[in-house]
Amino acid sequence: MDYATILQILDSAVRLMTPLLLACLAGLYSERAGVFDIGLEGKMLMAAFSAAATAAVTGSVWLGLVAGILAAVGMSLIHGLAAITFRGNQLISGVAINFLASGLTVLLGQSWFALGGRTPSLEGAARFGSITLPGAETLRSIPVLGPFYAEVVSGHTALVYVAALLVPGTWWLLYRTRFGLRLRAVGENPASVDTAGVSVPRLRWAAVAICGMLTGLAGAYLATGLSAGFVKEMTAGRGYIALAALIFANWRPWRALGATFLFGLMEAVANRYPELDMGFVTIPSMVMSALPYLLTVIILAGFIGRATPPRAGGEPYVKER
Amino acid sequence: MTRLPRWADLVLVPLISLALAFAISALVILSIGQNPIEALKVMVTGALGSSYGWGYTLYYATNFIFTGLAVAVAAHAGLFNIGAEGQASLGGLGVALVALSLPWPHWGIALPAAMIGAALFGALWAFIPAILQAKRGSHIVITTIMFNFLAAALLNWLLVNVLRPVGSMDPASAAFPATTQLPHLTDMAAAVGIEWGRNTPANISFLIALAACGLVWLLIWRTPLGYEIRAFGRSERAALYAGIRPTRIIVIAMMISGGLAGLMAINNVMGEAGRLLLNSAEGAGFIGIAVALMGRNHPVGIVLAALLFGFLYQGGAELALWTAIPRELIVVIQALVILLTGALDNMVRMPLARLFGAR
Repeated sequence: MDYATILQILDSAVRLMTPLLLACLAGLYSERAGVFDIGLEGKMLMAAFSAAATAAVTGSVWLGLVAGILAAVGMSLIHGLAAITFRGNQLISGVAINFLASGLTVLLGQSWFALGGRTPSLEGAARFGSITLPGAETLRSIPVLGPFYAEVVSGHTALVYVAALLVPGTWWLLYRTRFGLRLRAVGENPASVDTAGVSVPRLRWAAVAICGMLTGLAGAYLATGLSAGFVKEMTAGRGYIALAALIFANWRPWRALGATFLFGLMEAVANRYPELDMGFVTIPSMVMSALPYLLTVIILAGFIGRATPPRAGGEPYVKER
Repeated sequence: MTRLPRWADLVLVPLISLALAFAISALVILSIGQNPIEALKVMVTGALGSSYGWGYTLYYATNFIFTGLAVAVAAHAGLFNIGAEGQASLGGLGVALVALSLPWPHWGIALPAAMIGAALFGALWAFIPAILQAKRGSHIVITTIMFNFLAAALLNWLLVNVLRPVGSMDPASAAFPATTQLPHLTDMAAAVGIEWGRNTPANISFLIALAACGLVWLLIWRTPLGYEIRAFGRSERAALYAGIRPTRIIVIAMMISGGLAGLMAINNVMGEAGRLLLNSAEGAGFIGIAVALMGRNHPVGIVLAALLFGFLYQGGAELALWTAIPRELIVVIQALVILLTGALDNMVRMPLARLFGAR
């Protein structure tokens, strides 16, 4: 394996990491505020469909992005209604959202485009183009670092850089602002936030809305950045892998970057080497695709590190009278 | 909040939720330019208008009774088992291994053995999440989700690399011996001189599913173990003070749950396909969630809800055949039923409670 191949795999890993990272951060906001969200998958799927359909009809990827975000926020509102307003079961609501998206996307896609649940292929301005960072070509001649900068860091679509910037952004918001402090508190001990005179539902609604926006970005990236159009069930479990990454990252933004990059790298390697030959043993691609799930179970079991979810996660808050 | 009368809680709330789900689905059908009344007609004629339709409806309902019971038993212990899908696929593996291992002389001998295989594999697939929940506190919802993916990867690998007969391109096991073919309800009806449901896959597993309902009812409401499961599900701390061991209840409840989900395979793998196919469970494990929620975790409710979803499934297939409405409509209805009966329960309940309180 030469350096050029490694760069290609890393480049592909960055692309595959992006939807996971966006969805993982989305889950982070929601779960840090005490609202469990296993509906990340569904929101991403809905956003991907909405973004691709809008981009296909209007020819503008930016309108597609807006439509994707709106669709995902719409799904978030359902989750908020169930989890916050009506104090229902958040896990069941998440399951329902996943099925709703899985059914609606094909139903609407088939009746609008009649392509068996796909949207028409996107090209030109209906897709996100890649951005060449300043100096990528001139610095290419520098050994080792030059090609790395040109291949892996530069040349991605706008949403990749947005996702990367959201990591320090989320850290700052959660750990350096009053909103962040309250958000984290509402996931650990909502009663104390309530006693301080801050509205628990309002904070949770804010978190759920942010979660919707970020899953919207994730879905839009999948359909208009990573691929050229929507395909039935195109999220293919990424929402669950993002959830796994969130646990892996122990609900922290910087670690979320590491975890999603690791999972992105695994996917990139599995794509490149369907049968990974390790010399003495050949690893089938199924093992690589199952690895994120296996790792999550091991993490959850507490054999490596310890997962400590927000304490009030999953519980509806009832004000004492 | 005023408590609802028992009948309202058991009958009225699910019915209103169901009506809402159907109303929203009708709006969805309208929004794609189709006629909901026509769609309903096609579904009713296709699923219930002939013994052929009923044959398929009962076949699907059999799957959903097993997975619905699986979700319900776990729910009584306060556990949310999303893993019925993976457990049902592993049950399929159990059935396939049993059916292919011996030259079975008669289905009557093969069936009990296959049931043991199916239940055992399903139960084992539920055991790991259960023991991790009990001993290490790993959230069972997340682990069972992960185990669904692990089951899919495992079966994918086994079917492609191990179980696929030489020379075959399909990722599927070899066909089971003809002697393991379960009697269809058609044959059983023909034996008493009634012509019913020709060429439909409904088979003897339906009767076994009904028997399983009876056994689950006995277990949950008429045995000490069932009492402990319910007590633990209501209040873990109270159960602990009463001397109920959490680990034991979590593991036993989940293994019964996984076993029931696995048992589904005698219907779809042994009764219908006659070999193990990729993705054999086809989402029935997830429908079990809707069925258990709708049926209020009671066997009678589960049978009714399973019949409803059997009707929806068969009706949905007919819909895709005769109209421009894709069968994914069923997934939307399923989602709405889960949402309204499971998560937005209070939305239906609160106004009702006010209504009953005002009287």
